[in-house]
Amino acid sequence: MELKTSYLAKHVRTLQPSGIRKFFDATAGMTGVISLGVGEPDFVTPWNVREAAIVSLEDGYTSYTANAGLPALREEIAKYIENYFCVSYQPESEIIVTVGASEAIDIALRAILDPGDEVLVIEPCFVSYAPLVTLAGGVPVIVQTNRENNFKVTAEELGEALTERTKAIMICSPNNPTGSMLSKDEMEKVAAVAKDNDLLILSDEIYAELVYDELYTSFAALDDMRERTILVSGFSKDLAMTGWRLGFVCAPEEIIGGMLKIHQYAIMCAATMAQYAALEGLKTGRKDVKEMRKSYRQRRNFIVQSLNDMGLACHNPEGAFYTFPCIESTGLSSEEFATRLLQTEKVVVVPGNAFGAGGEGFVRCSYATSMAQLQEAMTRMKRFVDNL
Amino acid sequence: MKLTATEIEIAEILEKDARLTNEDVAKMTNLSVEQTREIIKKLEEQKIIVRYVSLVDWTKIDGHQGVTAMIDVKITPKRDVGFKNVAERIYRHREVKSVYLMSGTYDLSVVVEGNSLNEVAHFVTQKLSTIDGVISTTTHFVLKKYKHDGTIYDSDDKDKRIVVSP
Repeated sequence: MELKTSYLAKHVRTLQPSGIRKFFDATAGMTGVISLGVGEPDFVTPWNVREAAIVSLEDGYTSYTANAGLPALREEIAKYIENYFCVSYQPESEIIVTVGASEAIDIALRAILDPGDEVLVIEPCFVSYAPLVTLAGGVPVIVQTNRENNFKVTAEELGEALTERTKAIMICSPNNPTGSMLSKDEMEKVAAVAKDNDLLILSDEIYAELVYDELYTSFAALDDMRERTILVSGFSKDLAMTGWRLGFVCAPEEIIGGMLKIHQYAIMCAATMAQYAALEGLKTGRKDVKEMRKSYRQRRNFIVQSLNDMGLACHNPEGAFYTFPCIESTGLSSEEFATRLLQTEKVVVVPGNAFGAGGEGFVRCSYATSMAQLQEAMTRMKRFVDNL
Repeated sequence: MKLTATEIEIAEILEKDARLTNEDVAKMTNLSVEQTREIIKKLEEQKIIVRYVSLVDWTKIDGHQGVTAMIDVKITPKRDVGFKNVAERIYRHREVKSVYLMSGTYDLSVVVEGNSLNEVAHFVTQKLSTIDGVISTTTHFVLKKYKHDGTIYDSDDKDKRIVVSP
């Protein structure tokens, strides 16, 4: 019997693999590499958090938790959100513990989108946003930001992209890959677009604790925005728990109810020991977060000045742990720049176009690495740029 | 002494890594190199930065494996000078690496380093115990250092992350 040409669904067949993944393959087998390509902390999860997971295993907590997560963890998340973001959520009906912020974004999109609904995706952005919209049956509408505006989206740019099918705006602030963060004033303008056009804001606030100059404001905390915001966050970045795959999402009851249906059929619940670890992190990990934030700020200052000194114009990122220097002055495309830097100096950076077409002309450099590594990386990068 | 947040930050940075150049510290704190140099000079002059040290694991070097002992010392405090007088007589010895006044069952904690067990024993019996005012000593020899001054010896600090990640 003859097989079909492909069993894959059309929208999966046409989906492009992540540009980051492509670049990862290029580094396989290389030694002596310094990586500024890593989107995760160089710190190990704080010991008391790891120990809490060990203790939970020793005590035999190895079964399922409630679909939405351990009640104690949801209560602690609600307290944390209230203290840090000044927004109240009901732990039993407005919070789900998810498998990373990634799952939270996925089930949020699947819960809110009907086929053909449009979502404004602000580029450059995290690699999964547009594909997840597509996989949920929606249509990603790309809104490009630019360096002149420090990669911050404006109400006008959003307004131009709106159609009758627009359902939501996806925002990550502080942003991966640019590190840019909207000020409260700038957020108010975006919120006004959402309110005027009856849109949801899907707000990825995973880097909310890693901000260096200003106080952080959540979209949900703005006037009349709680009811139209899906607040996504997690433990990966601030508590250095990327491998635990644990995130959470807060939203009004109706939306969380819809998301929970998808979560319970697809995932059942997040890993139990990871949930106990996160519970400990929320209770006792603030001091660790503060220490890490201080260290990131010093490294940010160092790398931004070093990049500017070598002639790669770099805006000052307000949060996260990425810089996004412009490499146009070298005359190379971002892929050429990253590939040749890797080949000649063994320094890994990620080509900006991996984060959308608007990232062309830039590379992402993560400073979540030790000062010693950063110093060496900057020395090598300067030599590379000087020899071009 | 009251320091600014930036001065404290520079002290913290250099405490973690004293080898950073003034240029590096300036970049990390968003100051000019000149400002940074001034602050470091001030910290040194005011003895806030007392000394720049390296943490050396001597046990890895053949022929340099010394002996460290932590000694609990009970003493009779003296009128007017309390414990200070005896502490001074102890810390002036070359073998003594640190002296702390303690609360609890004994008065001074003295860390002594020597080339051999015999050398430390000789110091305790001949020098320390004979100081006027020392009532008793209890000597604990260090068998292995796992962590010292916030640094884990032989820590596996290999970067376990993949080279590129989202």
